[in-house]
Amino acid sequence: MVYLTRKAEFSASHYYHNPDFTPEENLRTFGKCNNPNGHGHNYTLEVTVKGEVDPRSGFVVDLKQLKEVMHREVLDAMDHRFLNKEVPEFLHQIPTTENIAIAIWQRLATKLTQAALHRVRVYETADLFVDFYGEGS
Amino acid sequence: MKAHLSRRYRISASHRLHSDAMSTEENRSTYGKCNNPHGHGHNYTIQITVSGQVDVKTGMVCNLSDLDSFIEREVLARYDYENLNTLQEFADEVPTTENLCVQIYEIVHRGFSHAHLEKVRLEETMMNSFEYTGPAKAVS
Repeated sequence: MVYLTRKAEFSASHYYHNPDFTPEENLRTFGKCNNPNGHGHNYTLEVTVKGEVDPRSGFVVDLKQLKEVMHREVLDAMDHRFLNKEVPEFLHQIPTTENIAIAIWQRLATKLTQAALHRVRVYETADLFVDFYGEGS
Repeated sequence: MKAHLSRRYRISASHRLHSDAMSTEENRSTYGKCNNPHGHGHNYTIQITVSGQVDVKTGMVCNLSDLDSFIEREVLARYDYENLNTLQEFADEVPTTENLCVQIYEIVHRGFSHAHLEKVRLEETMMNSFEYTGPAKAVS
Protein backbone atom coordinates (compact mmCIF):
# COMPACT_ATOMS: atom_id res chain seq x y z
CA MET A 1 0.00 0.00 0.00
CA VAL A 2 1.34 3.41 -0.98
CA TYR A 3 -0.07 6.76 0.05
CA LEU A 4 -0.03 9.72 -2.32
CA THR A 5 -0.79 13.30 -1.32
CA ARG A 6 -1.74 16.13 -3.64
CA LYS A 7 -1.96 19.73 -2.47
CA ALA A 8 -4.11 22.58 -3.73
CA GLU A 9 -4.91 26.07 -2.53
CA PHE A 10 -8.11 28.03 -2.52
CA SER A 11 -9.13 31.37 -1.09
CA ALA A 12 -12.60 31.91 0.30
CA SER A 13 -14.58 33.92 2.80
CA HIS A 14 -16.95 32.73 5.48
CA TYR A 15 -18.50 33.55 8.82
CA TYR A 16 -19.76 31.45 11.72
CA HIS A 17 -23.35 31.84 12.81
CA ASN A 18 -26.01 29.50 14.18
CA PRO A 19 -29.55 30.88 13.61
CA ASP A 20 -30.78 28.89 16.62
CA PHE A 21 -28.43 30.84 18.93
CA THR A 22 -29.17 34.28 20.36
CA PRO A 23 -26.93 37.12 19.09
CA GLU A 24 -25.07 37.00 22.42
CA GLU A 25 -24.60 33.24 22.20
CA ASN A 26 -23.32 33.54 18.62
CA LEU A 27 -20.83 36.21 19.63
CA ARG A 28 -19.70 34.29 22.71
CA THR A 29 -19.25 31.04 20.77
CA PHE A 30 -17.77 32.33 17.55
CA GLY A 31 -16.11 35.63 18.55
CA LYS A 32 -14.71 37.62 15.62
CA CYS A 33 -15.74 34.83 13.22
CA ASN A 34 -19.37 35.88 13.79
CA ASN A 35 -19.02 39.10 11.73
CA PRO A 36 -21.89 38.65 9.20
CA ASN A 37 -19.94 40.40 6.45
CA GLY A 38 -17.47 37.54 6.49
CA HIS A 39 -13.70 37.33 6.47
CA GLY A 40 -11.32 35.24 4.39
CA HIS A 41 -8.53 32.72 4.41
CA ASN A 42 -6.06 31.17 2.03
CA TYR A 43 -6.84 27.51 2.56
CA THR A 44 -4.45 24.72 1.71
CA LEU A 45 -6.02 21.39 0.88
CA GLU A 46 -4.12 18.11 1.08
CA VAL A 47 -5.81 15.05 -0.36
CA THR A 48 -4.22 11.70 0.45
CA VAL A 49 -5.21 8.58 -1.47
CA LYS A 50 -4.00 5.04 -0.92
CA GLY A 51 -3.67 1.99 -3.09
CA GLU A 52 -1.39 -0.63 -4.53
CA VAL A 53 1.10 0.48 -7.17
CA ASP A 54 -0.11 -0.54 -10.62
CA PRO A 55 2.69 -2.73 -12.08
CA ARG A 56 2.14 -1.38 -15.59
CA SER A 57 2.09 2.37 -14.87
CA GLY A 58 4.00 2.45 -11.59
CA PHE A 59 1.27 4.75 -10.26
CA VAL A 60 -1.04 4.53 -7.25
CA VAL A 61 -3.31 6.92 -9.09
CA ASP A 62 -3.13 8.94 -12.27
CA LEU A 63 -2.20 12.32 -10.81
CA LYS A 64 -3.77 14.08 -13.76
CA GLN A 65 -7.11 12.49 -12.96
CA LEU A 66 -6.80 13.30 -9.24
CA LYS A 67 -5.93 16.90 -10.04
CA GLU A 68 -8.91 17.20 -12.39
CA VAL A 69 -11.33 15.77 -9.82
CA MET A 70 -10.00 18.11 -7.11
CA HIS A 71 -10.38 21.08 -9.44
CA ARG A 72 -13.86 20.16 -10.65
CA GLU A 73 -15.36 19.05 -7.34
CA VAL A 74 -13.64 21.39 -4.89
CA LEU A 75 -11.75 24.35 -6.32
CA ASP A 76 -14.34 25.34 -8.92
CA ALA A 77 -16.97 25.34 -6.17
CA MET A 78 -15.01 26.96 -3.33
CA ASP A 79 -12.16 29.09 -4.71
CA HIS A 80 -12.90 32.82 -4.47
CA ARG A 81 -16.36 32.16 -3.05
CA PHE A 82 -18.31 33.27 0.00
CA LEU A 83 -18.80 29.77 1.42
CA ASN A 84 -21.97 30.57 3.43
CA LYS A 85 -23.77 31.91 0.37
CA GLU A 86 -22.37 30.06 -2.61
CA VAL A 87 -21.59 26.50 -1.57
CA PRO A 88 -24.72 24.35 -1.09
CA GLU A 89 -23.37 22.42 1.92
CA PHE A 90 -22.94 25.65 3.85
CA LEU A 91 -26.35 27.20 3.25
CA HIS A 92 -27.54 25.34 6.36
CA GLN A 93 -24.28 24.27 7.97
CA ILE A 94 -21.52 26.39 9.49
CA PRO A 95 -18.41 26.45 7.23
CA THR A 96 -15.90 25.65 9.97
CA THR A 97 -12.65 23.99 8.95
CA GLU A 98 -14.09 20.72 10.32
CA ASN A 99 -17.18 20.96 8.10
CA ILE A 100 -15.14 22.06 5.08
CA ALA A 101 -12.92 18.96 5.44
CA ILE A 102 -16.01 16.72 5.71
CA ALA A 103 -17.68 18.39 2.70
CA ILE A 104 -14.54 17.97 0.59
CA TRP A 105 -14.29 14.30 1.60
CA GLN A 106 -17.90 13.74 0.57
CA ARG A 107 -17.37 15.53 -2.74
CA LEU A 108 -14.28 13.45 -3.55
CA ALA A 109 -14.98 9.99 -2.11
CA THR A 110 -17.38 8.82 -4.78
CA LYS A 111 -15.51 10.48 -7.64
CA LEU A 112 -12.15 8.83 -7.12
CA THR A 113 -12.20 5.58 -9.03
CA GLN A 114 -8.56 4.50 -9.10
CA ALA A 115 -7.49 4.77 -5.47
CA ALA A 116 -9.25 5.01 -2.13
CA LEU A 117 -9.46 8.30 -0.30
CA HIS A 118 -7.43 8.10 2.92
CA ARG A 119 -7.39 11.58 4.39
CA VAL A 120 -8.55 15.10 3.67
CA ARG A 121 -6.52 17.78 5.44
CA VAL A 122 -7.59 21.40 5.31
CA TYR A 123 -5.32 24.17 6.59
CA GLU A 124 -7.20 27.34 7.46
CA THR A 125 -3.87 28.94 8.38
CA ALA A 126 -0.39 27.47 8.76
CA ASP A 127 -1.17 27.04 12.47
CA LEU A 128 -4.63 25.47 12.26
CA PHE A 129 -5.71 22.42 10.31
CA VAL A 130 -8.28 19.63 10.37
CA ASP A 131 -7.93 16.01 9.28
CA PHE A 132 -10.91 13.89 8.26
CA TYR A 133 -10.58 10.14 7.63
CA GLY A 134 -14.14 9.33 6.60
CA GLU A 135 -17.51 8.75 8.19
CA GLY A 136 -16.58 5.41 9.68
CA SER A 137 -13.30 6.42 11.29
CA MET B 1 -18.65 12.70 12.50
CA LYS B 2 -15.21 12.52 13.99
CA ALA B 3 -12.46 14.90 12.93
CA HIS B 4 -8.95 15.73 14.10
CA LEU B 5 -8.02 19.33 14.81
CA SER B 6 -4.40 20.44 14.99
CA ARG B 7 -3.10 23.73 16.28
CA ARG B 8 0.48 25.00 16.31
CA TYR B 9 2.06 27.20 19.02
CA ARG B 10 5.56 28.52 19.54
CA ILE B 11 7.83 28.85 22.55
CA SER B 12 11.43 29.92 22.97
CA ALA B 13 13.40 28.35 25.78
CA SER B 14 16.90 27.36 26.80
CA HIS B 15 18.22 24.09 28.14
CA ARG B 16 21.32 22.09 28.82
CA LEU B 17 21.48 18.35 28.30
CA HIS B 18 23.36 16.82 31.19
CA SER B 19 22.78 13.70 33.24
CA ASP B 20 24.02 13.44 36.82
CA ALA B 21 24.14 9.67 36.31
CA MET B 22 26.97 10.06 33.77
CA SER B 23 30.60 11.04 34.13
CA THR B 24 31.82 14.34 32.67
CA GLU B 25 33.31 12.46 29.73
CA GLU B 26 30.19 10.43 29.15
CA ASN B 27 28.01 13.57 29.24
CA ARG B 28 30.27 15.20 26.66
CA SER B 29 30.27 12.23 24.35
CA THR B 30 26.52 11.66 24.70
CA TYR B 31 25.24 15.21 24.42
CA GLY B 32 28.06 16.95 22.50
CA LYS B 33 27.49 20.69 22.15
CA CYS B 34 24.20 20.36 24.03
CA ASN B 35 26.24 19.66 27.16
CA ASN B 36 27.65 23.24 27.22
CA PRO B 37 27.26 24.21 30.92
CA HIS B 38 25.90 27.63 30.01
CA GLY B 39 23.03 26.16 28.03
CA HIS B 40 21.62 27.16 24.66
CA GLY B 41 18.15 27.84 23.26
CA HIS B 42 15.62 26.90 20.62
CA ASN B 43 12.46 28.20 19.03
CA TYR B 44 10.17 25.25 19.59
CA THR B 45 6.92 24.61 17.75
CA ILE B 46 4.27 22.67 19.64
CA GLN B 47 1.57 20.99 17.56
CA ILE B 48 -1.43 19.75 19.53
CA THR B 49 -3.86 17.35 17.83
CA VAL B 50 -7.26 16.71 19.42
CA SER B 51 -10.18 14.71 18.09
CA GLY B 52 -13.88 14.35 18.66
CA GLN B 53 -17.30 14.38 17.08
CA VAL B 54 -18.05 17.58 15.18
CA ASP B 55 -20.78 19.34 17.19
CA VAL B 56 -23.73 19.98 14.85
CA LYS B 57 -24.59 23.22 16.64
CA THR B 58 -21.14 24.79 16.26
CA GLY B 59 -19.47 22.78 13.48
CA MET B 60 -16.50 22.32 15.79
CA VAL B 61 -14.56 19.50 17.46
CA CYS B 62 -13.95 21.96 20.28
CA ASN B 63 -13.94 25.70 20.55
CA LEU B 64 -10.54 26.97 19.49
CA SER B 65 -10.64 29.69 22.12
CA ASP B 66 -10.91 26.99 24.84
CA LEU B 67 -7.88 25.18 23.43
CA ASP B 68 -5.90 28.39 22.94
CA SER B 69 -6.60 29.69 26.43
CA PHE B 70 -5.74 26.33 28.01
CA ILE B 71 -2.45 26.03 26.11
CA GLU B 72 -1.59 29.68 26.81
CA ARG B 73 -2.21 29.26 30.54
CA GLU B 74 -0.86 25.77 31.15
CA VAL B 75 1.87 25.31 28.56
CA LEU B 76 3.10 28.58 27.04
CA ALA B 77 3.11 30.50 30.31
CA ARG B 78 5.05 27.65 31.87
CA TYR B 79 7.75 27.14 29.24
CA ASP B 80 8.05 30.26 27.06
CA TYR B 81 11.20 32.28 27.77
CA GLU B 82 12.30 29.89 30.50
CA ASN B 83 15.43 27.92 31.19
CA LEU B 84 13.97 24.40 31.18
CA ASN B 85 16.62 23.07 33.58
CA THR B 86 15.33 25.38 36.31
CA LEU B 87 11.81 23.92 36.23
CA GLN B 88 10.61 21.40 38.77
CA GLU B 89 9.80 18.67 36.23
CA PHE B 90 13.38 18.73 34.98
CA ALA B 91 15.04 18.75 38.38
CA ASP B 92 15.71 15.01 38.02
CA GLU B 93 15.10 14.55 34.31
CA VAL B 94 17.14 15.75 31.33
CA PRO B 95 15.14 18.41 29.40
CA THR B 96 15.49 16.71 26.05
CA THR B 97 12.80 17.47 23.52
CA GLU B 98 11.51 13.91 24.00
CA ASN B 99 10.95 14.58 27.71
CA LEU B 100 9.44 18.02 27.09
CA CYS B 101 7.07 16.48 24.53
CA VAL B 102 5.90 13.91 27.10
CA GLN B 103 5.50 16.61 29.78
CA ILE B 104 3.31 18.72 27.49
CA TYR B 105 1.26 15.65 26.54
CA GLU B 106 0.68 14.91 30.25
CA ILE B 107 -0.39 18.50 30.98
CA VAL B 108 -2.91 18.54 28.13
CA HIS B 109 -4.11 14.98 28.75
CA ARG B 110 -4.69 15.74 32.44
CA GLY B 111 -6.27 19.17 32.13
CA PHE B 112 -8.01 19.66 28.80
CA SER B 113 -11.50 18.18 28.80
CA HIS B 114 -13.13 19.68 25.68
CA ALA B 115 -11.76 17.08 23.22
CA HIS B 116 -9.68 13.92 23.17
CA LEU B 117 -5.92 14.46 22.97
CA GLU B 118 -4.49 12.43 20.08
CA LYS B 119 -0.93 13.62 19.79
CA VAL B 120 1.68 16.18 20.77
CA ARG B 121 4.32 16.98 18.19
CA LEU B 122 7.28 19.06 19.24
CA GLU B 123 9.66 20.56 16.72
CA GLU B 124 12.97 21.60 18.25
CA THR B 125 14.31 22.94 14.96
CA MET B 126 13.12 22.55 11.38
CA MET B 127 15.24 19.39 11.26
CA ASN B 128 14.24 17.68 14.53
CA SER B 129 10.75 16.77 15.58
CA PHE B 130 9.24 14.41 18.14
CA GLU B 131 5.75 13.00 18.56
CA TYR B 132 4.06 11.42 21.56
CA THR B 133 0.64 9.81 21.51
CA GLY B 134 0.56 8.51 25.07
CA PRO B 135 1.65 5.14 26.41
CA ALA B 136 1.91 2.27 23.88
CA LYS B 137 0.09 3.71 20.88
CA ALA B 138 1.55 3.96 17.39
CA VAL B 139 1.82 7.31 15.61
CA SER B 140 -0.41 7.58 12.56
